[in-house]
Amino acid sequence: MKKVKVLVLRTAGTNCDYETQSAFELCGATVERVHINTLIEKKDKIFEYDILAFPGGFSYGDDIASGKILSNEIKNKLGDEVKKYALSGRPIIGICNGFQVLVKVGLLPSPELFKQISTLSYNDSDKFECRWVYLKVEKKIKNESNCIWTRNLPDIVSLPVAHGEGKFIPGNEKFLDELNKNNQIVLRYSLRDGSEPEYPLAPNGSVEQIAGICNGKGNIFGLMPHPERYVFTLQHPAKEGFDSKYGWGKVIFKNAVDFV
Amino acid sequence: MKCTSKCKTIRILSLCDEQLIRLSRKNVLSLSLEEMKVIQSYFKKLKRDPTDIEIETIAQTWSEHCKHKTLTGIIEYTEEESGKKTKKTYNNLLKETVFKASVELNKPWCLSVFKDNAGIIEFDSENGVAFKVETHNHPSALEPYGGSATGIGGVIRDILGVGLGAKPLANTDVFCFGDPDMEVSKVPEGVHHPKRIMRGVVSGVRDYGNRMGIPTVNGAICFDDGYMSNPLVYCGTMGIIPKNKIDKKVESGDLVLVVGGKTGRDGIHGATFSSIQLDKESDVSAVQIGNPIIEKKVLDTMLKARDLNLYRAVTDCGAGGLSSAIGELGEKTGAVVYLDKVPLKYDGLCPWEIWISEAQERMVFAVPPKNIDKVIEIFEEEDVEAVCIGEFTDDKKLTLVYDNDVIASMDMEFLHNGVPKPTRRAFYKVKKEKVQKPVKMNSFEISNSLISLLADLNVCSKEWIVRQYDHEVQGQTVIKPLQGCNIEVSGPGDAAVIFPYTVIKDTKKCIVLSNGLNPQYGKKNPYKMAASAIEESLRNAVAVGADIRKMAILDNFCWGSPNDLEVLGSLVRATKACYDMSKAFEVPFISGKDSLHNEYSINEKKYSIPPVLLISAIGVIENVENTVTMPFKKGGNKVFVLGVTRNELGGSVFSKVKNIEDGVVPGVYPRESKDMMEKIYSAISENLIEACHDCSEGGIAVAVSEMAFSANKGVKIDIDAIKIYSCLEEEFRSDNSEMTPAEILFSESNGRFIIEIKPDNEEKFKKILDGSVFSEIGYIRDDKKVIFESRKNNIRVQQSSEFLLNSWRNTINW
Repeated sequence: MKKVKVLVLRTAGTNCDYETQSAFELCGATVERVHINTLIEKKDKIFEYDILAFPGGFSYGDDIASGKILSNEIKNKLGDEVKKYALSGRPIIGICNGFQVLVKVGLLPSPELFKQISTLSYNDSDKFECRWVYLKVEKKIKNESNCIWTRNLPDIVSLPVAHGEGKFIPGNEKFLDELNKNNQIVLRYSLRDGSEPEYPLAPNGSVEQIAGICNGKGNIFGLMPHPERYVFTLQHPAKEGFDSKYGWGKVIFKNAVDFV
Repeated sequence: MKCTSKCKTIRILSLCDEQLIRLSRKNVLSLSLEEMKVIQSYFKKLKRDPTDIEIETIAQTWSEHCKHKTLTGIIEYTEEESGKKTKKTYNNLLKETVFKASVELNKPWCLSVFKDNAGIIEFDSENGVAFKVETHNHPSALEPYGGSATGIGGVIRDILGVGLGAKPLANTDVFCFGDPDMEVSKVPEGVHHPKRIMRGVVSGVRDYGNRMGIPTVNGAICFDDGYMSNPLVYCGTMGIIPKNKIDKKVESGDLVLVVGGKTGRDGIHGATFSSIQLDKESDVSAVQIGNPIIEKKVLDTMLKARDLNLYRAVTDCGAGGLSSAIGELGEKTGAVVYLDKVPLKYDGLCPWEIWISEAQERMVFAVPPKNIDKVIEIFEEEDVEAVCIGEFTDDKKLTLVYDNDVIASMDMEFLHNGVPKPTRRAFYKVKKEKVQKPVKMNSFEISNSLISLLADLNVCSKEWIVRQYDHEVQGQTVIKPLQGCNIEVSGPGDAAVIFPYTVIKDTKKCIVLSNGLNPQYGKKNPYKMAASAIEESLRNAVAVGADIRKMAILDNFCWGSPNDLEVLGSLVRATKACYDMSKAFEVPFISGKDSLHNEYSINEKKYSIPPVLLISAIGVIENVENTVTMPFKKGGNKVFVLGVTRNELGGSVFSKVKNIEDGVVPGVYPRESKDMMEKIYSAISENLIEACHDCSEGGIAVAVSEMAFSANKGVKIDIDAIKIYSCLEEEFRSDNSEMTPAEILFSESNGRFIIEIKPDNEEKFKKILDGSVFSEIGYIRDDKKVIFESRKNNIRVQQSSEFLLNSWRNTINW
């Protein structure tokens, strides 16, 4: 069987590329961390890969706003290729800074529109914070959403967040309704029992506690929490996982590798 | 030697002593008269006056910051005890204490000790781990944000510049500040308010460390008014390096490549300025300006060049800038540098400014000419500037050229070994410590004391800081700085554990980092302070599963002016403790740093900091599965205290809160303590320990409370079951004075751990502990009631764990 190939796109300030690579490798994929300069030189190279990942970090220092410079660079220099890749249905994931990039490039919520509708803004606490949170993967949404990435997750899962700009603002009511209607809001911050959280378990003040969304087709997934930091039970604060060795974050990467 | 308008001749050949001193002061050279005279006679031999750039080069190279003149100089030490004076002369204090212990211990797994930018110990058969801790005190006092950011940036570069470069895996930070709630009117003129300093310093470390993608995983903060004018900022970095990349050797003909940031006028005189006391006129331009993304790019690219074996040596530009970096690399060969080739941020810099600027994010490489194109290509692929600015020669001279004119030409030998050894005098009077009057308290008073201790600045939760650091980036932080049985609660972890699975595939090994520091003890007894810091750092690591037979430590001395006899005397005492403890625990020092002259002057009056020794510990744990956290795990399990409780309230948090002057500072008993630590390692390896917590600030009462509230559980403790010194007459001589319940609960005796054991494991556990002092003191309750009881004294203290958690959490919550 052919090995699944993953492209982890990095640039100046990317810093979650190694653990994202490890997470995919743990699921049996072959992973290359590629600098954006290299990709710009050979744009078609992108189609050699089955999965595209935008890892976390501070691309270009998050100067201007988080992910802003990188998303402009992608739009201007790789726009056609990235859009074509997204519409081909291949899995794309953006984690933390990568989510900010997906939203600012316009791959989320809709690669068909390919323009920025939503944003991720400064946390209500007005500071960077790193902590574990609970996330609700509502059964109904899980069953009805097309999201290929969130299959097989439990109703409540915990993951770490680490960001200063994670407050999801959908744009306007209409877009929010559409996201809800299409079951695109796949992860929401919650309490352990699934009820509405307050700060700090609502870490950033996101509209409707939105932590992660996918596109309508379900191949593109962006989220603020870091599943790549929870592939082993060892990484969990209380050493919990879906079995004695692996953490729930691994399931997310496995879903995409299995999908391919 | 030709001097252009950009390079002046400094006339020193004809100057008298007074004029020499004036020159040193005027140009922020921080050179003593003796040193100025040595320079004068060197140039007399050359039959010419030096240029400004030559004088500046010497001042940087000979600075206290770079040469550690005090600790490696001659010290005539006098110690007075009970009216009797003893004298001893140290020819090199560091070599005869701290370093000597490492030489005598001679551990084969120490791969690089006190010679490179960081110390390195063995990780596995192919890799080593490097660790370095630096101070950045003066800059942080003047410009807290920039000072701390460049502090962390600088120590990361130490790790990049050790051997042929290590990959950073974790940062640590330790701060000493004044009281953040200090009344504004009490803050001296020219000093930032402690809260402003604290906010700025934390933001600086946050923004630099987070952007570098290196988790900040371990630290400590001490609050004391003595640090109001001179805050202390320690930054540390740990990295991993292949064993075959540890050695570097520059060869004649190698090219000098400067990589990373451009050079500007920031950080001029940083190295020499750090040896001057601060006052309200201190110049902020001595503080560097940081840009973490440039450094991140250097990190990404240089490791690629390293793995292709394209260069022969590397070092970072830290204090003294290019002057120190190239001076160090070229010490054995000689070097010629064309300063007009150095990339600049803006025009208008004089050659000497280019040469000593401490502009950040720069590394210097020695590259064989055949590899130069390939190396530059690797850097440029990711937009990193790399420029060849000179070459290493074989004439053992330092030659600087600007616009085709030679503007400096000096012997490397004079530059590196010409500095005269200063002789200083030191005096220490051993003070008698005396036990405080018995602390008699009823249940209510003990309960209130516990609450005030948990809320005290030096005990309370530092969550506000810890959470601003991305302590989980890289995904390898398996034992975290805050620990809880679930996400909602937390308690203070003893040490951090990094499991480097993304770098070393299929490994089971992991790295533990911890620290020990207690300036409160130092005010009364610097020897015990140093000994306690060493023991505490080891205890913290052992509490999460470390094997002290695979541990090493780093020293960082922050002291006042060594010109003061007694200040220097207390430093000598502390270094003695370092030697004694390092030998007794068989834990070697692998690196260290000192920052002296931490004083501030207002209206001719000098204020010196309470001296402090930070000990940072590193160790390798064989199996990451065998690590332990501090929250209690299960109701019904038994609680043990290991080690002896002595009547040691001197310098304790309790004494401070209760204004108790007297008290014996906790001593260290290395034989018992080491034995206990080895036994705990055995017990953890056999999976017999459910939870383990070090007992330090606030004593047993605080440690037990933390274990309970971080687990959202209760616990019942029988105070009468705790073994105290006087209970053990057969083993310990004389002193039979009993301790009161408050003294037992709040004493800060070293060498103690609180441990949770499943009833089923009790027998095996006791067998391992055979021969050591330990006792079962209670059990864990599911009802969330934390109870301390002494029937003998009719004491019963009861609080809910939730209330204790909130008391601990709410002090720093901005």
